[in-house]
Amino acid sequence: MPSNDLTIRIGGEAGMGLESSGAGFVKALVRGGLHVFGLPDYHSRIRGGHNFFSVRIADHPLYSHSEAIHLLLALDLETVRRHTDYLVEGGAVVYDAQDELPAELRRPGIGFFPVPLTALAQEHGGSATMRNTLVLGVAAGLIGFDPAPMESVIRDNFARKGQEVVEANLRVSDAGVQAGRAFAADFPFRAPVAPAHPPRLVLNGNQAFAMGALAGGCRFVCGYPMTPGSPVLEWMVAHAADYGAVTLQVEDEIAALNMAVGAAYAGVRALTATSGGGFSLMVEALGLAGMTETPVVIYEAQRPGPSTGLATRTEQGDLLFVLHASQGDFPRIVLAPGTIEQSFEAGWRAFNLAERYQCPVIVLSDHFLANCLRDVDAQALDFEAVTIDRGELLSESQLDALTEEYRRHAYTDSGISPRALPGHPQALVLTTSDEHDELGHIVEDAQTRRRMMDKRMRKLEAAVQEMRPPTLYGPAQAEVTFVAWGSTYGPLREAVDRLNGQGTAANMLHITDVWPFPAEPAAERLKAATRLVAVEGNATAQMAALLRQTTGVAIAEHILKYDGRPLSPEFILSHLNHAPRNTQHVREVTP
Amino acid sequence: MSDVKDFASPIRPTWCPGCGNHAIWNAVKRALVQAGLAPHQVVLVSGIGCGSKLPDYTRANGIMTLHGRTLPVASGVRLANHGLRVVCTHGDGDGYAEGLGHMLHAARRNIGLVDIVQDNRIYGLTKGQYSPTSDQGRVSKTSPWGAIELPVNPLALTLAAGGTFVARAFSGDLPHLVDMIVRALQHRGYALIDVLQPCVTFNRVNSYDYYQPRVYKLQDEPGYDPGDRSAAFQRAQEWGERIPIGIFYQVEDRPAYEERMPALQAGPLVRRPPEKLRREQVEKLQAGLL
Repeated sequence: MPSNDLTIRIGGEAGMGLESSGAGFVKALVRGGLHVFGLPDYHSRIRGGHNFFSVRIADHPLYSHSEAIHLLLALDLETVRRHTDYLVEGGAVVYDAQDELPAELRRPGIGFFPVPLTALAQEHGGSATMRNTLVLGVAAGLIGFDPAPMESVIRDNFARKGQEVVEANLRVSDAGVQAGRAFAADFPFRAPVAPAHPPRLVLNGNQAFAMGALAGGCRFVCGYPMTPGSPVLEWMVAHAADYGAVTLQVEDEIAALNMAVGAAYAGVRALTATSGGGFSLMVEALGLAGMTETPVVIYEAQRPGPSTGLATRTEQGDLLFVLHASQGDFPRIVLAPGTIEQSFEAGWRAFNLAERYQCPVIVLSDHFLANCLRDVDAQALDFEAVTIDRGELLSESQLDALTEEYRRHAYTDSGISPRALPGHPQALVLTTSDEHDELGHIVEDAQTRRRMMDKRMRKLEAAVQEMRPPTLYGPAQAEVTFVAWGSTYGPLREAVDRLNGQGTAANMLHITDVWPFPAEPAAERLKAATRLVAVEGNATAQMAALLRQTTGVAIAEHILKYDGRPLSPEFILSHLNHAPRNTQHVREVTP
Repeated sequence: MSDVKDFASPIRPTWCPGCGNHAIWNAVKRALVQAGLAPHQVVLVSGIGCGSKLPDYTRANGIMTLHGRTLPVASGVRLANHGLRVVCTHGDGDGYAEGLGHMLHAARRNIGLVDIVQDNRIYGLTKGQYSPTSDQGRVSKTSPWGAIELPVNPLALTLAAGGTFVARAFSGDLPHLVDMIVRALQHRGYALIDVLQPCVTFNRVNSYDYYQPRVYKLQDEPGYDPGDRSAAFQRAQEWGERIPIGIFYQVEDRPAYEERMPALQAGPLVRRPPEKLRREQVEKLQAGLL
């Protein structure tokens, strides 16, 4: 591994502030012109247990974490026990000098650097809780990172707590840097500040999506807290005052989606954010949105199920669930962004699609994408590209000019009925979860039922034309073509790069637009491949099943991960030439 | 000024002759007229059940939602456009079984909804099962040995949840029912009106003949103070030979949820259509990520 690509892992108990200090460190590295990928790993508990945060640092853009680590910052011996074996040759462990390191934890070829973490934190900051700040200073000292960007982040992050806290943290950080430098001669990996660099942004998928939604005019967000989706509500709450948004935490996810449907019916761009368990409670209201043709957006950040599953971990196991959730047939649109940039775009695009096709739109993310921090160009969050398209929404003057009774569910060739918002004297807006006629009155006759079903389902004919076919990453011709969707993009992109670097021509077909699925162009691309391998974070290769259903192409090889941990480039590569572990998923490729 | 005819829909009700819903329907229309509201200024929100078909028969904005989800949908409508008057009409199964939790949270929020619960103490549309307000011991298709559960007390629950307008009416006393709805429409927060309503087909117990001699008006009780929460609790327990109707409790000094929501101070949310962020807004968002 070249020294321009290294991973630092900080580990300790929950409550030691690993995630927040790790995020601050990531910010400092990016201010220093480096590229980063930050991967938090935490348990569903507030105190105790074992948490860690990994920061991969490079002089080139990163799309994934990597399993190899170079520097382990151990706030407790449990961290040494769990992670030392992931260190590369020449890597090192920084541990608290007051801990007695058992001899069996030592490894040849690995440096073990005792630093009086607790003592220095107390001496310079007055509190042992500042060990996290201290140990990140040690890391900076070891990798030769100029402390100035770290100091600027400390000033920004602690400013709210007053000058005294800022100063204490600065002293502690500096003490760490000095302690780290003392061991630098024995540590071969470096990540110095880049000479000149344009400013870059650091964020995770949740933030990117929330920002995209805000940019897209979302002004109503409600939800019930559930990892990993609730930070979207929190982000919106934090920005509600500045942007005039209504945000509320409600009694349950049933209320959340029903309330969003109510707000959308009244004409506001409305969102609810959750995870699979919360989405389960929303299923009935999803059908309500479908039946009443109400544009509403649901953000579903997946975690492993079924039931409570692994509350703070990742999986892509809800794909077929969100596609089929609720009784009956109705149009829905499902997007699965794979990157920070795509998450941002999905945030505003979802609202345009929802209003254009007057149907619910589900944006499927997952814990990995939702929480991992990455740096992007300032232009990568493309605010210029944001459009606000409300579809066939009747304007005040159009409503003024209405000569006949307004029909909310008027039959049209496109299936899209021009939409009025309640409140105009010329247009009373009536709708219902029952089957209904054009006016929105309850009906039971077979003919109206058929016509109205056809009208609603017809909307998908135009919608599918807007759906993007799988995008190709890598060379056009390849020995192996991976097929992936959503957050698998990052780790797989790196696996593809590594394979090509080793002389194996590889590429990836990546899917973001899941439903209505653009089957024709997708089939064309899939059929052009020599060897197809599906890579998914679930146990049953759900996307492969969807592809077979919609394109007829059966993918024979599956690389699947469903242990709650994210796919990594190493995992993909090590499983590439092995028989699929789930033999029941081995299928013949149709000609 | 609007007229009751303005609210008249060509769709005829499918309710049984003699059903209390006819009176409630008439009362809603009359009350809306008395409150000076035109059809386009009103959104009728209901759930699923006999009574929940009321918006289908009324010329106004309307959304007939899912069973039990009347209040969350109505709350969304109200928060998106508090320039509209949002009136909920749904039954006791909708309001007090599937939707009971939502009712308590609506009361806690004190969100500006008029919540009319058509309480016939039986399930009509599904043909005669006992409901959450059926008396203990009520024999029905699903309680052949008599209902084991105690009935829900919606008035006491709403009072306990912080309700600011808690009332009961009787569909057999139309002027009083209209008056209750008008007062609820004038209330700034959440207003519950539990309407005692005979089901002439499935509930042979709680009939007009049962209610007529029992109901009495709280306003006629000397010294009854609707601002006294303890007194309201006491009257909410009264059920038997005498059944109180009227306003059990009303206070106007507690702001509605929407009055306290910062984003709504500038007027209804829907009046600010979505538009692209301005350059300085984008720069501020980006600066937070540097």
